[in-house]
Amino acid sequence: MLGIVRQKMLERSSKKIRPAVSMLRSYSSAAKQMTVREALNSALHEEMSADSKVFLIGEEVGEYQGAYKITKGLLDKYGPDRVLDTPITEAGFTGIAVGAAYYGLKPVVEFMTFNFSMQAIDHIINSAAKSNYMSAGKISVPIVFRGPNGAAAGVGAQHSQCYAAWYAACPGLKVLTPYNSEDARGLLKAAIRDPDPVVFLENELLYGESFPTSDEVLDSSFCLPIGKAKIERKGKHVTIAAYSKMVGYSLQAAEILEKDGIDAEVINLRSIRPLDRSTINDSVRKTNRLVTVEEAFPQHGVGAEICACVVEESFAYLDAPVERIAGADVPMPYAANLERMALPQVGDIVRAAKRACYRSVP
Amino acid sequence: MALSYLRSSSSRSANLLRPLSSAASLRRPISTDTTPITIETSVPFTSHQCEAPSRSVETNPSELLTFFRDMALMRRMEIAADSLYKAKLIRGFCHLYDGQEAVAVGMEAAITKKDCIITAYRDHCTFVGRGGTLLEVFAELMGRQAGCSKGKGGSMHFYKKDSNFYGGHGIVGAQVPLGCGLAFAQKYSKDESVTFALYGDGAANQGQLFEALNISALWDLPAILVCENNHYGMGTAEWRAAKSPAYYKRGDYVPGLKVDGMDALAVKQACKFAKEHALKNGPIILEMDTYRYHGHSMSDPGSTYRTRDEISGVRQERDPIERVRKLVLSHDLATEKELKDIEKEVRKEVDNAIAQAKESPMPEPSELFSNVYAKGLGAESFGADRKEVRATLA
Repeated sequence: MLGIVRQKMLERSSKKIRPAVSMLRSYSSAAKQMTVREALNSALHEEMSADSKVFLIGEEVGEYQGAYKITKGLLDKYGPDRVLDTPITEAGFTGIAVGAAYYGLKPVVEFMTFNFSMQAIDHIINSAAKSNYMSAGKISVPIVFRGPNGAAAGVGAQHSQCYAAWYAACPGLKVLTPYNSEDARGLLKAAIRDPDPVVFLENELLYGESFPTSDEVLDSSFCLPIGKAKIERKGKHVTIAAYSKMVGYSLQAAEILEKDGIDAEVINLRSIRPLDRSTINDSVRKTNRLVTVEEAFPQHGVGAEICACVVEESFAYLDAPVERIAGADVPMPYAANLERMALPQVGDIVRAAKRACYRSVP
Repeated sequence: MALSYLRSSSSRSANLLRPLSSAASLRRPISTDTTPITIETSVPFTSHQCEAPSRSVETNPSELLTFFRDMALMRRMEIAADSLYKAKLIRGFCHLYDGQEAVAVGMEAAITKKDCIITAYRDHCTFVGRGGTLLEVFAELMGRQAGCSKGKGGSMHFYKKDSNFYGGHGIVGAQVPLGCGLAFAQKYSKDESVTFALYGDGAANQGQLFEALNISALWDLPAILVCENNHYGMGTAEWRAAKSPAYYKRGDYVPGLKVDGMDALAVKQACKFAKEHALKNGPIILEMDTYRYHGHSMSDPGSTYRTRDEISGVRQERDPIERVRKLVLSHDLATEKELKDIEKEVRKEVDNAIAQAKESPMPEPSELFSNVYAKGLGAESFGADRKEVRATLA
């Protein structure tokens, strides 16, 4: 009898333990669970419905319903004139898409992963990014390049690179890195509506993750501003700035740090270019300590840019050296243990934050 | 000299031969006579996977005189650019088109401004053909505000969107997929127009060209790929670069036509044929057999990989302007003096435009930061010393 009561109490208490992550967010009203995949798909549906100039182009986006099912149902709804399956020729189809954008259409180009975008990188940089400048504003390029970026699981060196730093270095491009479903919807819709070339870096491992999304986010007019970061978790002892999947890891790290009395502020960058330097600097001026987190290679990375700008703008406010957590400086290995070592883990973020707070010997 | 048939009446030709009434009137309107004349192209067309069009081309006195004037203007413009470059008023790259004028001029005669043209970096004359002014050319070359890209593009980045000229591209071969994209957009928008994507014999071996051609053929895009074969990709002769320099055949399943690119009428006929084909059947390749008198660019004397005899030989036998001059004279459409007067007028126009361009100021320093984006969103940008120079992008 007592055993059953204890069990029932345990059940009741276990029901109260929600995934820690969602408690840290505040949404306006009762939230519906939506995966990132659904978020992207719904955003594409809405933007294609709203503007007949928007079309999709890429490998397997049509009949296959998308290699990662992001474009599911779009061929059926909008037809083969607006959802175009291409041969495996990135340079060719990306150039074609950019040319269509010159004429005034609004292509959404899918790269099956951004590793393959390197085959088309000349068109992204030289044909798309620079045209508005070279033509003194006459030829604008309203195009979106989207697809999964960064590491997946066990896909090896040629399929795991993060391109955020490379593309964000280039003036003329906008580079977005959604984390959750709200980001996915709001930023993709903003990207499609934006008149400039936007590189939209998704993450394969986030596609299946569910996040609560409010009615506001689900509305077809929902849009997020490009160039603004979001404070995912307010804190006062250390600023942790991250993008994409590392935002989730940073939030988990913040939970752990809280137990040790360190109150971390987690910034979801959302936009790598334009980079929201003012939100980052405002945060560091409050906390006086900075940890940047990225999955990408460390040299000349996003973290390096953030650290430089904080040292330049807020030097007097820093109470500790800036800390960078990044992917290992090696091509991505296949073996599971090595792969784990090649990518930041939550423990790495915790350790770096403690170092910034002088809580552990470096 | 090709056979030709003069259908205009003798009285009209007598009018055309009337000398200028007074020395004071230096400007003489180009003949508006549109009586049809049929002229045969210098050589027949060679075709691949299609039926070649007839070598009898319909034209008229007005058109022939327009060809003469436009090509003379382009020729003068390029030669003037050569001098400006040597005087260091033009910097960086300058790729001149003299010798190839018939391609630009013949193409325009066959199409409208609703059709799109995109080309590589040898774009000055193509821009003028699309309606660009001499002032816009020279000012852009000298990096001044009155330039077509406000001085921010330079020689390789001329654009004229209102007449569907999409540049002006520095990366060899990139313009071909871009051009196929323009054709895609025209078809998507149901505009009933076509795109001419021009490239050189050097670019003809680019992989992305075949990628774009494959997609254009699969999707029946109204794309016309025009290989301006001047036989040298920079310093490399075509036989050293291409296993098969029969560029009109390189499309394999895509039809092609080989055209004498020094004959403006042949170019016109071919482009007309190609436009009709592309609207109905998808992509087609035109190979224009042409020649550039200058080297690849102003840094290249152009004589280390070809003989001076070859260059002067082409000038002697195949010059596009001389061909039209001979046609005009043999058909009594104008006198030698009238043609020379046109050349003098054109020279004056060029000189005036250069003088005007020299007056145009360099861009304002604030222009460094303009047009980075169509919508800057208030993002920051920085100069070399970011503590010294920052901007907010509008």
